[in-house]
Parts: sequence; structure tokens; C-alpha cells
Amino acid sequence: MPEEIKAHITGVVFQVVAKAGDRVGAGDPVIVLESMKMEIPVEAPRAGVVREITVQEGQTVQEGDTVAVLD
Amino acid sequence: MFRAVLVANRGEIARRVFRACRRLGVGTIAVYSEADRDAPHVCDADRSALLGPAPARESYLDIERILTAARAQGADAVHPGYGFLAENWRFAEACSRAGLAFIGPPAEAIRAMGDKSGARRLMAAAGVPTVPGSPGPVADAAEAEAQAAAVGFPLILKAAAGGGGIGLARVDRAADLAAAFGAATRRAQAAFGSGALYLERYLERPRHVEVQVFADAHGAVVHLHERECSLQRRHQKLLEESPAPGLDPATKRGLVEAAVAGARAIGYVNAGTLEFLVDGRGGFYFIEMNTRIQVEHPVTEEVTGLDLVVEQLRVAAGERLSWRQAEIVQRGAAMEVRVYAEDPDRNFLPSPGTIGRLELPAGEGIRVESGVETGSTVSVHYDPLLVKLIARGGGRDEALDRLRAALDATAVEGVRTTLPFLKKVLDHPDVRRGALHTQMVEQGAFR
Repeated sequence: MPEEIKAHITGVVFQVVAKAGDRVGAGDPVIVLESMKMEIPVEAPRAGVVREITVQEGQTVQEGDTVAVLD
Repeated sequence: MFRAVLVANRGEIARRVFRACRRLGVGTIAVYSEADRDAPHVCDADRSALLGPAPARESYLDIERILTAARAQGADAVHPGYGFLAENWRFAEACSRAGLAFIGPPAEAIRAMGDKSGARRLMAAAGVPTVPGSPGPVADAAEAEAQAAAVGFPLILKAAAGGGGIGLARVDRAADLAAAFGAATRRAQAAFGSGALYLERYLERPRHVEVQVFADAHGAVVHLHERECSLQRRHQKLLEESPAPGLDPATKRGLVEAAVAGARAIGYVNAGTLEFLVDGRGGFYFIEMNTRIQVEHPVTEEVTGLDLVVEQLRVAAGERLSWRQAEIVQRGAAMEVRVYAEDPDRNFLPSPGTIGRLELPAGEGIRVESGVETGSTVSVHYDPLLVKLIARGGGRDEALDRLRAALDATAVEGVRTTLPFLKKVLDHPDVRRGALHTQMVEQGAFR
């Protein structure tokens, strides 16, 4: 069952850590957001394989936006 | 005096500098990013210039764009504020090369103090106490034991390869040193690929006390007393005050004398701050020097009645210091808190957004420095500082009570702020009685 990973804050994508096909564990960072001079990781809610990263570095995302999809 | 000052900054500090310019009849020039088109600091200035897109490196950190704006707008001086380029010696040098007065210290002083371990060596050479430690990595347990006598106990073993000096083991007695050294060497090897260790005195629950200094280009150096800034979270100061509560007079004298000697030794000019750790026995140790006006400068202004930013402009214009040391007196007490757009219920995550409603306190002894107003956008691109609240009183209790009431009178809607956390801090019994140290927040005092 695919699951969307959503940004928990508004920020700018500082770094894309995982890529499509990567296996991640629960709590692993998938992307890192930068907001107000802080770097905040968005973590995988569970273990799985990354199906898709839906954002690019430098892109602004709003709280609740999907940043990746986990298979 | 200058014709027009460009402030290479935003928010409350840009507005603060513009106020000082107006007091001196100096023109004001704002710069801004695309995210700050309608920001209060832009409206405050006589003229303004767009720098570029919202990210700071394409706007507030872009030296060339700032110099171009300065030339186009007819500035003859630049004030860097704090943060951004304030402690970038290349910026200070670039301003001078462009024929602009940099309102701050000489580039060389910024560079010397920017190298933190070099700064400690320079200060130690000037007779300013630094945290006792081995001069470099020690070869083995026998050399560690030999050095430990001079460093003193308790001490901490730090990995030379660990950035920022990661502490590996605390050692309380000489008898425990050899065993701890062996274990820490193995841990350092595993963690950093190098087992090299150095020794440093361990300070138990130290206080952070800093001294404001001011120097002119004619050789005068004065201090404007101390500020206590022990309460910090993630290296962000939470509460700043002057005087430091209960500071032993002999320690105070030692601190200010060391600060003046240190500033003099490096040929410092303009406003600066030497930061110290103070231990429970009155020992004090230089940690670093901030070569800029600081966020917390208002508490010093409130107790001395002096305008530090006006003086920064005068000194940068080549004038002599307006004050002699004997005239600089601490009267009463003042405290400052910083209201940040961070959510204390979600581990202080940033909380950008639009400020729907802003209510700020007023009244006797209350001073507000705000970078925002109703309708302002709080962007993800910059520091989350919204407002500084400062209270002055005849004594510390009065200042504290006024500040606490000011927090109740402050309302920010549209973004989450640290206001509820700050209320908890001011209500804490140890804060009320002035028993502060730098580890209070991490030890969970305000949960």
C-alpha cells in the first residue's frame, strides 16, 4: 500500500537524501527542509522502498505537501 | 558625519539603525529581497533598493549587489547589523575598497576574532583568562597526567579531531585519569578516525557573562558593564539582563578589566562584546568575541542611558568616544526576551506564516523592538526573530515583573511563537531569584 510522506513544516527543500528505489527504515530522513536557518529532516514514517521523490532541491513546500511516496 | 547610511540587513535591527540615523540627521537606505518588498524596514527608510530573490545568499549575503545598491543610492557608509555579513571580514574590506565607511571594527579585527581558537590564543597572550587546557593533543596517559596538574580537576578529555571539541570523558581525580584516557582514546579512534585527545578544565554549571566594550580610532577603550545571558537554547540566547544578578564585585572588576585589556590588545574599534564563562568560584574564562552590535544591546542601553548605535555611527565617522569610563554607570536593571516564530509545543519547529494580528505592550519601563507588524509575512528564508521585549526597573524584581506583564500584553496571531515558553521561563523560581546557569534548558528546567 503506497503511502505519501508529507512535509510537517513549511520550508525550502535543502537536500534530497533518498532517491527512487532506495530502501529506507522508519525514521530515516528522506529529504531535509530548511526553514528559518534550521535544517529539519522529513523522515520515513515506516520502513519501505521509496517509489518517488516529488520535490526538488530549492523548491518551497507548504506544511502538508507531499514530498515523497513510499511503496 | 555621514550623508546616508545603507543598512545591509532586515527586520528589527535595520529599523533600530535607521532610528539612530534619524537622531543624527543622517539619510537612510534600506535594501531588501523579493520576499521583503513590503517589510517594515523598507517603509522606514528614506530610500530603498531591491537586492534579489528571497534566499539570503542571493540578497542579504550578496556583497556585490549590496555595494552596487550603495553606489546607486548615494550611501557613504554601511551598517551591517548582526547576522548576515556582520562578521564577514571580506565584506568590511570590500566596503572600504569601495570608499564606504564600514560601521563596525576594522576588517583585521573581525578576521582575528573570527578564528575562534586563534582568538583565544590572542586573548591569552593579552592576559585574558581562557579555559585552562593542554596546549595541544597529548601523546599518552603519562603526558596527560603531567598536563593535568596545570589544567586542574575536574577536567574533560576532548577529541582533537571532533569538530567543536566533543567531550568524551569527565575525570574528577588524578587517580582515574590513566584508565579514562585509554577508554577515551579508543572511543575517539572509533568515532573520528583519530585517537588524539586534549585536556580542558570542566566547568560545572557555568554562567555566561559578557562585557560590552567600545573603542574609538584615537585609542580610547571603555566598557559598558556586563550582561548575563546564561539562559540559552540551541545557542540562542533566551533571556539577557544587566547587571548580572549576584555577580561578585571582584569577579565583575576582573571581567571588565580583562575585556578592556583584550579589546585594546587587538586594536579594536567600535562596539564589541567579549563573552566569558564564569564558574561557581568566581573564575572567568574568555570564550569568544563578537565583533558587531549584538541582539541584546538594548539591555545595556537601558541601564546606562546611552545610545550604542548612535555612538557606532559617530565612531565610524572618526569622532572621539562621547563618554569617559567614569561617566558610564549602571542604573537599575534591565532584561530582554526574544519572541521567535517557533512552536514550543512541537520542539520549537519554525512557524512561518502571515501575522494576522499583532499586539505589543507599552508602558513605563517597556521598550519594544519589532521587525514585524500586522500583515507581515514571516518567511522561511530568514531568522525567526519577530520582536524583542525589553523592560527596565529600579531593580531586578521590578524589571522582571514589568517584563512578565509585557509578555501577557503581547499577542501574535497567524504564526506560533515562543511567548508561552518565555512566560514559563520568567515564572521559574530559579530565574526569579537570579540563580542562572548555561545548562538549565538542557536539564529540563522549563518543561
